[in-house]
Amino acid sequence: MDKTEILIVGSGPAGLKGALAAAGQGARVTLVERDPFLGGQLVKQTHMFFGSKEHYASERGFKIAEKLGKAVKEDPNINIYENTTVLGYYEDGVLSLEKEGKFSTIKPEALIMATGAQENTLMFPNCDLPSIYGAGAVQTLMNVHGILPGKKVAMLGAGNIGVIVSYQLLQAGVEVLAIIEALPNIGAYHVHASKVRRMGVPIWTSHTVLSAHGRETLEKITVAEIDADFKPLAGTEKELEVDVLCIAVGLTPLTEILFQAGCRMAYIPELGGHVPLCDETLETSVKNIFVAGDVSGIEEASAAMVEGTLAGLKAAYNLGYGRDSYGELVKAARLELDALRRGPAGEKIRSGLERLNLAGKEAS
Amino acid sequence: MLSKSGVPEKKQIEEVMPSKERLASGPVVIVECFQEIPCDPCYTSCKQGCFLPFEDINDLPRMDFEKCNGCGICIGACPGLAIFIVDETYSENQALLSIPWEFKPVPAEGDIVEGLNRKGETVGQVRVKKVRPSAKKSTTHVLTLEVPKDLAHEVRSIKVKQ
Ligand SMILES: Cc1cc2nc3c(=O)[nH]c(=O)nc-3n(C[C@H](O)[C@H](O)[C@H](O)COP(=O)(O)OP(=O)(O)OC[C@H]3O[C@@H](n4cnc5c(N)ncnc54)[C@H](O)[C@@H]3O)c2cc1C
Ligand code: SF4
Ligand code: SF4
Repeated sequence: MDKTEILIVGSGPAGLKGALAAAGQGARVTLVERDPFLGGQLVKQTHMFFGSKEHYASERGFKIAEKLGKAVKEDPNINIYENTTVLGYYEDGVLSLEKEGKFSTIKPEALIMATGAQENTLMFPNCDLPSIYGAGAVQTLMNVHGILPGKKVAMLGAGNIGVIVSYQLLQAGVEVLAIIEALPNIGAYHVHASKVRRMGVPIWTSHTVLSAHGRETLEKITVAEIDADFKPLAGTEKELEVDVLCIAVGLTPLTEILFQAGCRMAYIPELGGHVPLCDETLETSVKNIFVAGDVSGIEEASAAMVEGTLAGLKAAYNLGYGRDSYGELVKAARLELDALRRGPAGEKIRSGLERLNLAGKEAS
Repeated sequence: MLSKSGVPEKKQIEEVMPSKERLASGPVVIVECFQEIPCDPCYTSCKQGCFLPFEDINDLPRMDFEKCNGCGICIGACPGLAIFIVDETYSENQALLSIPWEFKPVPAEGDIVEGLNRKGETVGQVRVKKVRPSAKKSTTHVLTLEVPKDLAHEVRSIKVKQ
């Protein structure tokens, strides 16, 4: 069995920043990533990021992954296991790993879970036809493997992911017939919506997909307008001939291992589902188990980075590292996180965190 | 409505427009950013101080148009692709319009392309006067287009015939 001071699971923006923060304080870190490369969601993001300079605004996601990945690889305190999946957590604090069919175990003194999230799906007749994808899958196909998903696409979901992936499909030369959104308003940042709109892609709010059709693979979909109770309005049905339907209806945190580890969880819809109760430095109800990034509530890469930093600092502190600089560094990171969440765009996350706080108070 | 269709309303656009006098005096930036989001690279990219300091990263950009020289640096820094530059002094009938462009093909200087409005509808033919990458190694280009004066505030994108 291996030993390590701090084990970080997941190398998205949260895991990478967490590793750098903890290692920067002098702790020895092991970073485990199931993909053969570092970066998580960032690797697929070819668009410029929002945020401010500290969060690499105006840079493209994959460039941020390259920068952070390089820093992590050059850090002598960080040991990286790529292609390695964390499978489970045992009562004695041992985790099991799998790499290319080989199993091993590791026991860390502190654990940071930065596993991100998985895409939600949607049920409708024939939703299992080939060529109906999650938007993230389409993004991976295009931007990681260089494969076009099809020629004519409909996008379901006008949140940031649906709108950004639509833009990336257009960039790849694929026709996007429409972006379909059940809610009455576009969830994506309006500047994103405007940039696909001016390329001629219509956005239909208060609409949904009723059914998909096709013999072997997807050939067309039926779309209709819906009322405030999400009931289809008779007579508004229309058919769209598409060979791909992309579904971008939200993400759910990947929390299985946190459940196994006995972390207290709460169901908070605004944060994407079940998330762990945690304190200001992302420490869960189980001492020395931390979370960071989308696994603690679906948000953004900018927030994921700051959360990673906070968790990394605290995990190192718990093990006796960085006692002098800890207070200052945590304070600065907390301020950054609050600033990111302060505006109207942060309202959902703020109300989710408030509910999580309440759940925490009730539990204790 | 912007929040339902992605198309800003006339009133919103008027509110961010520089004054007639400012437009008539040379190239000037137009920032079509209407929603408070945690984002500020427009402000940090402009060295002339046209963007008033952001107190909060969620602030909407607020402008001092007098300071703008039309350099275009902010166009490529804005992840929302929401910044444009108009020069109404270009000629009697034509204005220059600079837009961000992240698609292939990148048109060549001298090409005639279709000018699209904010809904993606073709509203006229425009000539590409200048093509430049927005920054070193950047994949966002800034295209400067010759557009009929009455379309300078209509055209916001183009379509390149393949
Ligand atoms: C289309 C799109 C556009 C976006 N645009 C922006 C933007 O402009 N600005 C912004 O700030 N954010 C943006 N985001 C959001 C941002 O990408 C995510 O919020 C961010 O990546 C979350 O970071 P994370 O580190 O929590 O998780 P992820 O990036 O998802 O990383 C999690 C990592 O954990 C690994 N992992 C999971 N389980 C295991 C396991 N059991 N064992 C080993 N490894 C595991 C995964 O393989 C993955 O690499 C966008 C997201 C998408 C999908
Ligand atoms: S065009 Fe140049 S001077 Fe004008 S706002 Fe943009 S960066 Fe500043
Ligand atoms: S950079 Fe662009 S999207 Fe961001 S605040 Fe400035 S104008 Fe708006």
